[in-house]
Amino acid sequence: MTASVTRATRTSTIGVVVVAIALVALALGPYWAGRDGMRLLIEAYTYLVLASLWNLLAGYAGLVSVGQQAFVGLGGYVLFALATLAGVPPLLCIPLAGIIAAIVAIPVAAITFRLRGAYFAIGSWVVAEVFRLGFSQVAALGGGSGTSLPAAIVQGMAANRTAREHLVYWVALGLMVAILGLIVALLRSRYGLALTALRDNEVAARSNGVDVERTKLVVFIFAAACTAMAGSLIFLQKLRITPDAGFSVNDWTALVIFITVIGGIGRFEGPFVGVVVFFLLRETLSDLGSIYLMILGAIAILIMLKAPRGLWGFLAERTDAQVLPLQRRVVARGK
Amino acid sequence: MPEAALLEVEALDAHYGDFQALFGVSLSVGAGQVAAVIGANGAGKSTLLNSISGLIRSKANAIRFRGEPIGTLSAFRVLARGIAMVPEGRRLFPSLTVEENLIIGGQFKRPGPWTLKRVYEVFPILEERRHQASTSLSGGQQQMVAIGRALMSNPALLLCDEISLGLAPIVVRDIYAHLRGIVAGGTAAVIVEQDIGQALAIANTVTCMQEGRVALQGRAGEVTRADIQAAYFGV
Amino acid sequence: MNWVNTILQGVLVGGLYAMFAAGLSLIFGVMKLVNIAHGDLIVLAAYVALIVTDGLGLNPIASLLVVVPVMAVIGYCLQRGLLNRTMGDDILPPLLVTFGLSVILQNGLLELFSADSRRLQAGALETASLQLADGLSLGVLPLIQFGLAVAIIAGLHWMFYHTALGRSFRAVSDDPRVAQLMGLNNRHVFALAMALSLAIVAVAGVFLAVRTNFDPATGPARLIFGFEAVIIGGLSSLWGTLLGGILLGVVQAAGAELDPGWQVLAGHVAFLAVLAFRPQGLLSRASR
Repeated sequence: MTASVTRATRTSTIGVVVVAIALVALALGPYWAGRDGMRLLIEAYTYLVLASLWNLLAGYAGLVSVGQQAFVGLGGYVLFALATLAGVPPLLCIPLAGIIAAIVAIPVAAITFRLRGAYFAIGSWVVAEVFRLGFSQVAALGGGSGTSLPAAIVQGMAANRTAREHLVYWVALGLMVAILGLIVALLRSRYGLALTALRDNEVAARSNGVDVERTKLVVFIFAAACTAMAGSLIFLQKLRITPDAGFSVNDWTALVIFITVIGGIGRFEGPFVGVVVFFLLRETLSDLGSIYLMILGAIAILIMLKAPRGLWGFLAERTDAQVLPLQRRVVARGK
Repeated sequence: MPEAALLEVEALDAHYGDFQALFGVSLSVGAGQVAAVIGANGAGKSTLLNSISGLIRSKANAIRFRGEPIGTLSAFRVLARGIAMVPEGRRLFPSLTVEENLIIGGQFKRPGPWTLKRVYEVFPILEERRHQASTSLSGGQQQMVAIGRALMSNPALLLCDEISLGLAPIVVRDIYAHLRGIVAGGTAAVIVEQDIGQALAIANTVTCMQEGRVALQGRAGEVTRADIQAAYFGV
Repeated sequence: MNWVNTILQGVLVGGLYAMFAAGLSLIFGVMKLVNIAHGDLIVLAAYVALIVTDGLGLNPIASLLVVVPVMAVIGYCLQRGLLNRTMGDDILPPLLVTFGLSVILQNGLLELFSADSRRLQAGALETASLQLADGLSLGVLPLIQFGLAVAIIAGLHWMFYHTALGRSFRAVSDDPRVAQLMGLNNRHVFALAMALSLAIVAVAGVFLAVRTNFDPATGPARLIFGFEAVIIGGLSSLWGTLLGGILLGVVQAAGAELDPGWQVLAGHVAFLAVLAFRPQGLLSRASR
């Protein structure tokens, strides 16, 4: 009898096939979804990205940030600044926003990492507030009332409105696939093993030679860069940004946290489930306004108390399912 | 013995998650009696004490005190019934002074002889150091505080978890001399030890544990050293 | 004279921030809980005060007699009914549950009271002031508020080191497992700490409501100010929270003096600077 380590299970093999089929269908979205459908899908993609990144931070690296809106807004503002003030093509601004956010994330981490656990959460929030108030002071970007992307720049992106919308849709889809792909790659790399160890037991991980600080820093910078790219895309679609919208704790952190908690923290699949539940709830309850948000908050609290691994964790515990082959497991092979 | 038993543990199981730490452990302690529980590291001795004290919940009837089931009670309710613990490693409250540590032990004060004054009579050194931080004391003095703290509630049963651990032999002898006096005053005790000699000298009954099970049980005078060694080392 | 005035006003506001901080610091000290809904509970207290002053015709100071016990009871029930279930080694449950609570409170208040700005009227007390020198006067209300802040910190300090309750708080904070073995019901002790925290929150909420306009969305900023005061002053130091609150108030006042848009920003920058250069806070654990 021999043993080997594998990640694949039967459900994960089926999962890969299903994911491939779904991707083809989504790529053809502009031909079946319609204008509103495409807008909804873009929103779903961006929330999936934001939730997956927050999940990586909080669920794996133990960095419970309540300040990721700092990087959403930063990404948006970099897009508007580069496009309107420097004439950079909007789509090129997206990767540039990622690079700039990664650079900005270094000093942010240097300061906020001095706070532990829950205090890190509030510290990250303060940083986001500094960004919001800081950008409110920049007159060239409209100060507190924000700025719009000039029509000439918008029209320069594609031949007509339909073509532009298709282009933004595909960029959004491409960005989502790329970022989720990077997360998968990260979780399967040596950092992934360190992160899983970290998630399960930080003290044990530390004593087993995992460089905890370095791993956390890498994850934080990676999440900042990707969050900023998602932010650029969000505001490229909205064509308008204000400090309050860009750095909104409710839109870019509260909802993202609820999605992740409901779907399942510390599970790659969690945010997928969470996004589906979130959009279903929103489409049925959004008429209720603020009551809808109270319901969402209450569901998140309930899940945190009763099923802390979220809906996906709840299902997976009972069925041992995983969609993507991410978990390493030891398999005994009889001879 | 059945009617007289103060504490009865019967077919007690204990689990940490999926790991089972105790398998059907039974033990009985009469009023004013001393039961020694010995065994190697990981034999389940501390788990047994944590179950009795209520830190680990059990089935109600698995632990009875004065005939009443206490297996499901929280630790603070178990204390109120008259079972106090001297935890492993002393575990004094570092931000409390010596006297505050003692007072906090007496917050559920059952009627009985133990008061702050009495504790200071038994351990005069503690009165001298009453306003010092508990962390500034020597190991032996800290153990005195831990014992005094447990006595402050006037327990009918004292649970002592490895009270000789980390102490010099001469200090251990001193601590056990005090313990003998306390037991003579009518307090029953369950003494968990790895150090067999001290425990056997004071005990009425001996229970040897091995891998979560009782390997040997009997009256102190009737169990021979050879039996204990055989049970202890599992040969 | 203008700057002296600015600094004095900043000091007085700092008392309010110290109140925000004291409640936060108390529950962190006793049970390592960081309550993200702290700011929203301050705003809730302000609305409770609004109902009491409108309904009973009391002035805001007198309304404390009702608001403080109401908030303390809410605190006790909140801890026993909800937050005790989140206590443990994992920091995620308490953090996310209080975050959810924050969103629920904000939206609940929005539903009940709309997004309109409100303010408590304190009548003649509001404009009363002491003339210290030409062009330099201190409001009576801010002085009362500052005095209360100092009294609360001093009272907490005394309670912690000289009462049975304080002893229980310290014991539970040191070692919750052993505290149970000594007959302390941790759940009850935690709930008492939260009740006390929200009693302080009640005082802070009433004075906040007299000082400035408030609406359902103003909670998070109060949480952040309280948190900044805690960190600037030094974790686990009660007098540090007073110092932190005062410094934050002064820096904000100075920022506002330079440019109204810099008031809050200046406070944040001061906080980040402390974090960068003296992360243990100005008064560290050793001096508590």
